[in-house]
Amino acid sequence: MSCSRRDFLKDAAGAAFVSSLPLSAFVVLTADEAKAAVANATVRWGYLVDTNKCTGCGMCVKACKNENEIPYDSPVTRTWVERYVVTKDGAIHIDSPDGGRDGFTSDKIRDEEIDPDSIAKAFFVPKLCNQCDNPACVQVCPVGATYKTEDGVVLIDREWCIGCGYCIMACPYGVRFFHPEHKVADKCNFCYHRITKGMMPACVESCAFGARRLANLRDPDDPVTKIITTERVAVLKDEYGTKPHVFYLGLDNSVR
Amino acid sequence: MTEDMIVHGVEWTVKELFVYPNEFIYWSIQIVMYPYMTGLVAGAFVLSSLYHVFGQKDLKEIAQFSLVFSLALLPVAALPLLLHLQQPLRAMEPLLTPHFTSAIAAFGIVFTVYGLIVVSEIWFVYREYFVHQLEALRGSSGFWNAQRRIAYTVLTFGAKDVSDDAIKVDHKAAKILAGVGIPVACFLHGYAGFIFGSVKANALWMSPLMPVIFIMSAVVSGIALCMLTYIVIMEFQAFRQRRKGGAAEAGETKGAEIDIISKSTRYLLGFLVAAISLELLDLIFRGYTAMKSWDILRSVMYGKDFVNIFVLQYTLGNLVPFVLLLLPGRTIKRTVLALLLVLFGVFMMRWNVVIGGQAFSLSFSGYMHYHIPIIPHSLETFKEGLFGALTVIATPFVLFWFINKFVPSLRRGIGET
Repeated sequence: MSCSRRDFLKDAAGAAFVSSLPLSAFVVLTADEAKAAVANATVRWGYLVDTNKCTGCGMCVKACKNENEIPYDSPVTRTWVERYVVTKDGAIHIDSPDGGRDGFTSDKIRDEEIDPDSIAKAFFVPKLCNQCDNPACVQVCPVGATYKTEDGVVLIDREWCIGCGYCIMACPYGVRFFHPEHKVADKCNFCYHRITKGMMPACVESCAFGARRLANLRDPDDPVTKIITTERVAVLKDEYGTKPHVFYLGLDNSVR
Repeated sequence: MTEDMIVHGVEWTVKELFVYPNEFIYWSIQIVMYPYMTGLVAGAFVLSSLYHVFGQKDLKEIAQFSLVFSLALLPVAALPLLLHLQQPLRAMEPLLTPHFTSAIAAFGIVFTVYGLIVVSEIWFVYREYFVHQLEALRGSSGFWNAQRRIAYTVLTFGAKDVSDDAIKVDHKAAKILAGVGIPVACFLHGYAGFIFGSVKANALWMSPLMPVIFIMSAVVSGIALCMLTYIVIMEFQAFRQRRKGGAAEAGETKGAEIDIISKSTRYLLGFLVAAISLELLDLIFRGYTAMKSWDILRSVMYGKDFVNIFVLQYTLGNLVPFVLLLLPGRTIKRTVLALLLVLFGVFMMRWNVVIGGQAFSLSFSGYMHYHIPIIPHSLETFKEGLFGALTVIATPFVLFWFINKFVPSLRRGIGET
């Protein structure tokens, strides 16, 4: 049987086309999709901050530093509390001395005396890692040392982080820093070592006012999840598209 | 607090008004040096390619030099990154476990590809010279001659055919590599711009124009540095010839030099205009759209960093050299001054992007000021201080001196294509 080159190519192309048809019935999953398909999807950690209840005592910051071995006197911290004082002229005064670790014992904001009669409103806002669903820090890590777990918490592998600082730059919330001892990126992880053993994060445990609470967003019976799903909550810096999972009750427009 | 417990960034950051507790100037002088040096590499290569690919014969002399100089600059583009890492011993990890959603992950790959292109192009351009050197050294005695013979033997890779056909193939290969090298060089640097431009959290950096601005200013700085180094070396050679009594030869060198310089200047000015136009477009666009971040950006640009941006970068670094190069009756001295200012201007542009981008808090309610460590008192203040930056600046010249021993890029009539 003779077969010209043209015929051969024609037949080969036809055969390739026909044999590829059944293949198109398959869907190629991304790594995340594959994981989601097989993972135990019963836990997605979230967090609720009730700013109405926060008194700025700083116990959460103290507890966090001790629990997570962040050098107590270093200026970096995994969680911090901000004080907002909005005066009647519309000016917003913000401070967070030592991350609010020792509470707010002075009326002055950065040595500036504010006349009590001029104050329109004042409140405290605790901050921590937002454990975003679309975390910018995970996207930019060049070596995959920071990653999102199946239960939604973003973790850092201290053995693999090269310390380039790109994740610190990418986080719109400023929650990341270089650990003074380990010389790698560090941030809040909802006390992952505790919550995976059924305990509460150190900050939640230490808050005497119930201003900070952990939620399993996949459990509809979780009392905190119920608040998040039924009440009017807000997140920080929604415009960056990071889908943060720390929700705030009573969040004011002046909060940065 | 003990030395090893100091938080990275605390030593050179001064905060003003409200700044988040964890915010510091994490990316300091070495990250200014990184795009600056990468830009010089890319620019030097583009200048050499203008001759090799587009046949700009008038640039022949400086093209050979630029090609070799871009090789000397190449390792120095990665050096600042290494000096900046908190874990420098893990520097190879981006190659081992690249996480490709990160703009930095591909650095090693792009950098290596580009390095291979430069090295192979130089090899094709100078292979004939290597073979001739080997022939000339045959039978010579002495320890150093033996070493040189070994070096040249290795450099030829056993390809000792110098027939006309073989040389033609060499030239063709060099031309193809130079052609492929242009997009790769632009990619290498545009990509450095992308690293900054894609940081959505940073109001100053985030701009799709960033990669293009980086490429244009890269070519400007690359051409300027090549011209400057070329002038200095040529002047030095002419000086030596005069000392030897060769006044006529010295004059001849000078004539050729002025010719090359005036032609390179044309390209320099072209790219300079493109770079400034894009930067101004970016600035105007930000002001016109006046997004949420504009208030703080405006206060940084027109207030805190006014001198850095408008006086040092735009006026002293762009406008003054532009006028100096355009005014008739240009002399070598004036050109040198203009080139130095151009290099300074591009450096200030990198500074204003990297440091300026961290001059304001993510809260948009406070500022951070960078105080570069001058006298080092620890490894960190050396690496991320003035002396670390000077080390980075000095390295390419040392490397060039060494490479030029084997690849004489400044001698006429060698490695012509």
